[in-house]
Amino acid sequence: MSPELINLIIQATGETLFMVGIAAALGTVFGLPLGVFLATSRKGELFAAPAVNAALGMVVNATRSTPFIILVVAIIPFTRLIAGTSIGSTAAIVPLTIASAPFIARLVEAAIREVDGGLIETASSFGASPIQIVFKVLIPEALPGLLLALTLAVVSLLGYSAMVGAVGGGGLGDLGIRYGYQRFMPEMMLAVVVVLIALVQLVQSAGDYLARRVNRRLRHR
Amino acid sequence: MKAAPMNAHPSLVIGDPYEIRDTATADAMVRFEKISKTYPAYRGKPGVDALQGIDFAIARGSITGVIGRSGAGKSSLVRLINGLEKPTTGRIVVDSKDISALTGRDLRHAQRSIGMIFQHFNLLSSRTAADNIALPLEIAGWSKADIRARVTELLALVGIADKHDRYPSELSGGQKQRVGIARALATRPNVLLSDEATSALDPQTTRAILDLLANINRELGVTIVLITHEMSVVRQLAKDVVVLDAGHIVESGHVADIFTHPKNPITQSFLAEVTGDSLPVSLASRIVQEPGSHAVIRVQVRGAGAGDTLIARLARELGLDVSLLSARIDEIGGHHVGSLVLGIPLGISRGEDAAARTLAWLSQYQISAERLGYVA
Repeated sequence: MSPELINLIIQATGETLFMVGIAAALGTVFGLPLGVFLATSRKGELFAAPAVNAALGMVVNATRSTPFIILVVAIIPFTRLIAGTSIGSTAAIVPLTIASAPFIARLVEAAIREVDGGLIETASSFGASPIQIVFKVLIPEALPGLLLALTLAVVSLLGYSAMVGAVGGGGLGDLGIRYGYQRFMPEMMLAVVVVLIALVQLVQSAGDYLARRVNRRLRHR
Repeated sequence: MKAAPMNAHPSLVIGDPYEIRDTATADAMVRFEKISKTYPAYRGKPGVDALQGIDFAIARGSITGVIGRSGAGKSSLVRLINGLEKPTTGRIVVDSKDISALTGRDLRHAQRSIGMIFQHFNLLSSRTAADNIALPLEIAGWSKADIRARVTELLALVGIADKHDRYPSELSGGQKQRVGIARALATRPNVLLSDEATSALDPQTTRAILDLLANINRELGVTIVLITHEMSVVRQLAKDVVVLDAGHIVESGHVADIFTHPKNPITQSFLAEVTGDSLPVSLASRIVQEPGSHAVIRVQVRGAGAGDTLIARLARELGLDVSLLSARIDEIGGHHVGSLVLGIPLGISRGEDAAARTLAWLSQYQISAERLGYVA
């Protein structure tokens, strides 16, 4: 493979990491609080607001059931408003964030719900406020689950980021389609797939390692 | 001049609504006043009357057992004390504060003077022993230096100074409960609530934890409320006991009185669990229900040496050759309680009469006794 093509792969990998990294960070910024709220706002819970819970749940479900490629196209005006353009890696961050935040929220909700309810009662019994319970009990106790959730979200975003290539988003998916498919360069297609596999492996291993490190429920020294 | 307002409770000084200055309640740490608690019907499940007509006081510095079967209302009762639940009617006064009327910040502040320990310890798996103990102090806003000093002190108090940096997954059940106790005592509460705290522990560890609680009560003067379904726990630790059944108090009083004179069948069934095993197997296997040569009568006596002269007097006054089949003396609630099993000879001439006369004679002295059966 020529040095030019290798440069293209390196450049595309950088774009993918940029899109996925920023989208995962923003998705967490919106998804984490949303997930914590969804996990604590049903009837009788810490921030009981069943109506708001149901409404937000519906918005989350609607976003998650919209196929990503349709979401990308449907929100082009909004993307242009936020990013100033609807083409390129920076613009792609907008739909990636909008798709990942509800996904992360649901994963966070599941991880938070795993925390033993007895611990919430315990903290309440010595006068902890709901906010203190979130930051001192729920998030630290759910941390291994939260790290695995974030890992899963990043892996999914790597997949989504390949799709934004279809609307000129750049990155590895874009490269694979344009060179590998449209210019009949199967070696390029293969290279893109290999890089993506390596990235997913790396992210998953790092996530598993971190989750195991913070999990004190297991005996280890 | 304005007339003094009429008041249903003349001794109650109205002013600060949460501060009750009543001489009658001055020595009560926890006071339940005409409490009822009803859980409303929800999603097809019918409503539940968890507690009804609860009206009693827990003395400052005492150890009080609350015993009942599961579903008797014990958990509701203890959660009313620390304000995790509100009564449907009535009020709960804890350390002169009406906790049932407090909400938000005021309630959270009051909760810091009420510690609680749990059956399943409820420790945070993500924190070391020391950091678990630090949690209520962080919540109360203590400084880092103060927390460090207090945690070291508490670890020593509960006898696990060497487990400072251990995570709960590295501790035994007894050690976890010691962390739980240290955490509950961290903010120097006046009341310690124990919700089945030894139910998940083996008998030896249970004994050690109950001894620790007794020490804490003695040295720190903390009022302890023990929620349990085991009479043996009440016997070892408590001075007073409240027996709950189906949301009602069926019996309450000093542990030694309840053990020697149980009135309610529920109480008797709880007592059977701890005293039922007091008959030696060799004797228990010989007891039958058809009349034999001797009637077997169990007598509960109270106070040191209370049983000493009983057999002699019984023999002299009724002219019976009473034999002592079994005896044991326990210390219950700080009193000596003896359980004597007597054999009353049923001669052909005296017949059934001798056993009946013995029971009548005992009841005349308010000594509780029961006929267990006969031996051949």
